[in-house]
Amino acid sequence: MNSWITNNVWLIPAAPIAASLLILAFGKAARRAAAAVAIVGQIAALTMSIFAFVPTLHSHGFRAVQNFTWFTFGEQILRIGFVLDPLAAAMLLMIALVGLCIFVFSIGYMGEDKNFSRFFAYLSFFSGAMLGVVVANSLLLLFVFWELVGLASYLLIGFWIERPSAAAAAKKAFITTRIGDMGFFLGILLLYHRSGTLLFYDGGRGCLEPVALSAIGSSVTLVALLIFCGAMGKSGQFPLHVWLPDAMEGPTPVSALIHAATMVAAGVFLVARVYPIFSVGAINGVTPSLTVVVWIGVITGLMAALIAIAQFDIKRILAYSTVSQLGLMMVSLGAGGVAAGIMHLLAHGFFKALLFLGAGSVIHGLHHEQDIRKMGGLHRLMPITFLTYAVGMMALSGVPFFFSGGWTKEEILHATSNWPRSHLPHYLALIGVILTALYMTRQIIYVFFGNRRAASEHAHESPSVMAIPLIVLAVCAVFLSVVLTPAWPWLESYLTGHPARFDARLLIQPMIVVSLALVGAGVSVGIWMYRRAGEADPLQHAQPALFRFLENKMWIDEIYGRTVIALSAILARLSDWMDRHVWDALVQDIGRIGQFLGRVTTSADERVINAGVDESTSGAHGLGRLMSRWHSGQIQTYLGAVALGMLALVLLYAWLG
Amino acid sequence: MTLPILLVISSGLFCIGLLAALSRRHAIFILIGIEMMLAAANLNFIAFWRFGPQPAQPTGMMVAIFAIAIAAAEAAVGLAMVIVVYRHFRSTNVDQLDRLKG
Repeated sequence: MNSWITNNVWLIPAAPIAASLLILAFGKAARRAAAAVAIVGQIAALTMSIFAFVPTLHSHGFRAVQNFTWFTFGEQILRIGFVLDPLAAAMLLMIALVGLCIFVFSIGYMGEDKNFSRFFAYLSFFSGAMLGVVVANSLLLLFVFWELVGLASYLLIGFWIERPSAAAAAKKAFITTRIGDMGFFLGILLLYHRSGTLLFYDGGRGCLEPVALSAIGSSVTLVALLIFCGAMGKSGQFPLHVWLPDAMEGPTPVSALIHAATMVAAGVFLVARVYPIFSVGAINGVTPSLTVVVWIGVITGLMAALIAIAQFDIKRILAYSTVSQLGLMMVSLGAGGVAAGIMHLLAHGFFKALLFLGAGSVIHGLHHEQDIRKMGGLHRLMPITFLTYAVGMMALSGVPFFFSGGWTKEEILHATSNWPRSHLPHYLALIGVILTALYMTRQIIYVFFGNRRAASEHAHESPSVMAIPLIVLAVCAVFLSVVLTPAWPWLESYLTGHPARFDARLLIQPMIVVSLALVGAGVSVGIWMYRRAGEADPLQHAQPALFRFLENKMWIDEIYGRTVIALSAILARLSDWMDRHVWDALVQDIGRIGQFLGRVTTSADERVINAGVDESTSGAHGLGRLMSRWHSGQIQTYLGAVALGMLALVLLYAWLG
Repeated sequence: MTLPILLVISSGLFCIGLLAALSRRHAIFILIGIEMMLAAANLNFIAFWRFGPQPAQPTGMMVAIFAIAIAAAEAAVGLAMVIVVYRHFRSTNVDQLDRLKG
């Protein structure tokens, strides 16, 4: 079942990137045209994604691969390629659809901005780079797109470049992810050294296929952990999560794109893509590298959920919830629930984009106010935003049956409960579910219920160009639950290749009761705690020290400031001193030797070589003057000379014979 | 009429031509002098042919006719040059035409 699109998957990322280049080339003048081009590019990507999705439905375990040689370097032949399999196809569809909603929303949100067309160029570039990550069939090509994603995120987080905080956040995001990428790159090198290929699938010889995996041998754990470093950086896992909340400095559609469809999804996707490297040699589904993944995910998930409770910035709360959900996905991947993790990633893409765009709508309606303490009572003023936001909130909290997040979260809890190594991650994940419901309830109460506070007096509902994407995403977040239920696990079977059977009995399982109880507990605790919340947070009253600890993000930024950054500052100062006093002096001394040599050669030049040249030129000059006297220009002189010469020849002839 | 007489006449003609070419300042007189020297040379050809070993074949005459034809062409070119020079400098006095000096 190969159609033209399965043989030309590269067209999907190419469409938005081409749109981006087009806008950058011509977009300065035409604002409306820039948005139109970006959206057309995204629609093209979405259409092609749908066409690419269709053939993957027909057969289980579908995989279309096109490899080609990039360049030949001596004996080494470097090959890259593109792949289309269920994982890629599902991701493509999610990224293109969520991206399209965000693009449309941006028309309204960024309408006033003076760099409107540049914004759309970057958005298209971002989306295209992420689509490239998904379809890459080579770790090297994936890394290239991965870095392009990083570049695009840098440009977009720092989009409001006149704000120093935005510039700092962009720098922080770029450098923090770069630390992870260094590990990733080392992992790529080690993998290439061991297996001799970076192609994922290559007719049995790719690095994810058994022959190459056995060639890697004992260093497979190291390779997996180094690659995981990259995923940690991009997906904001502890200890490299610090850039994600700061990335809120970018415009809200960018936050939505980063948090839902593109940037952070890349890390989880990477782990899922190279899962065979993590799981090779598994005993009972456990390998050292997967254990690391589980624990990092658990720490991240719980820590971020705790911090989210004590934040007041509407976008920061969502940012920490993203970190927490990504932690949960990592736990799922590490505990063996690959399909569950990816399903949560897909569902999360929809409802987190919905939440961020909802937050953007609130911020837009309140004239760029982000502090939830100044909001309140918005459910009457912004009904569409409120309803769609509530859908997103319930999906994120994991309310079962009708919301996609509920089923995927339940699948994850299922996977963790079956992890043989330890039950602690399972219990910590359960606590994370309660905390998620709690902080989302807190946010909803602060923003949409209660009394109208300072900023909500002049609030207004957003225009339809912003409301329609919200509605589309809300419908997706609900509708997706149809294909996620355990009674008919269509998406899971699509991803794993096992056939799905309809079984209504599976709809009610112990785990669903547990998660229903947990979500109920979280929501009711939240309602009880924050029912009379005012300018001050009730938790702040009860536990000021704990609250301050959480509000300041567990002082992790400060710890980094005191340790890593201080150390590098000391090193920088040391090397500055070395530069000024040691290397500079050395360079100056060497320079002085050069100067001395220069002087010697100058004098040699002037006294020896120049003198000789001068002498010979003046000789030639004198000779020339002498000769020029003979050339008087008088034709009769010449004629006379000829006659005299002839006479001399005649006399010579006569004399000789 | 013997060969020595002819040679004396031709060398006299040559000397007159040379004197004209060297001493006159007018370009046309110089051309006339050159033509006279050519005529002397032609006279030599004819004389040596007439009193040479094979006077029956008209070789010397042929050479002389060729030389006269070439001299006519040369005189045409020379006169054309003199006219151009005159138009340019408004003079044919060769003392003043010394642009080619080194």
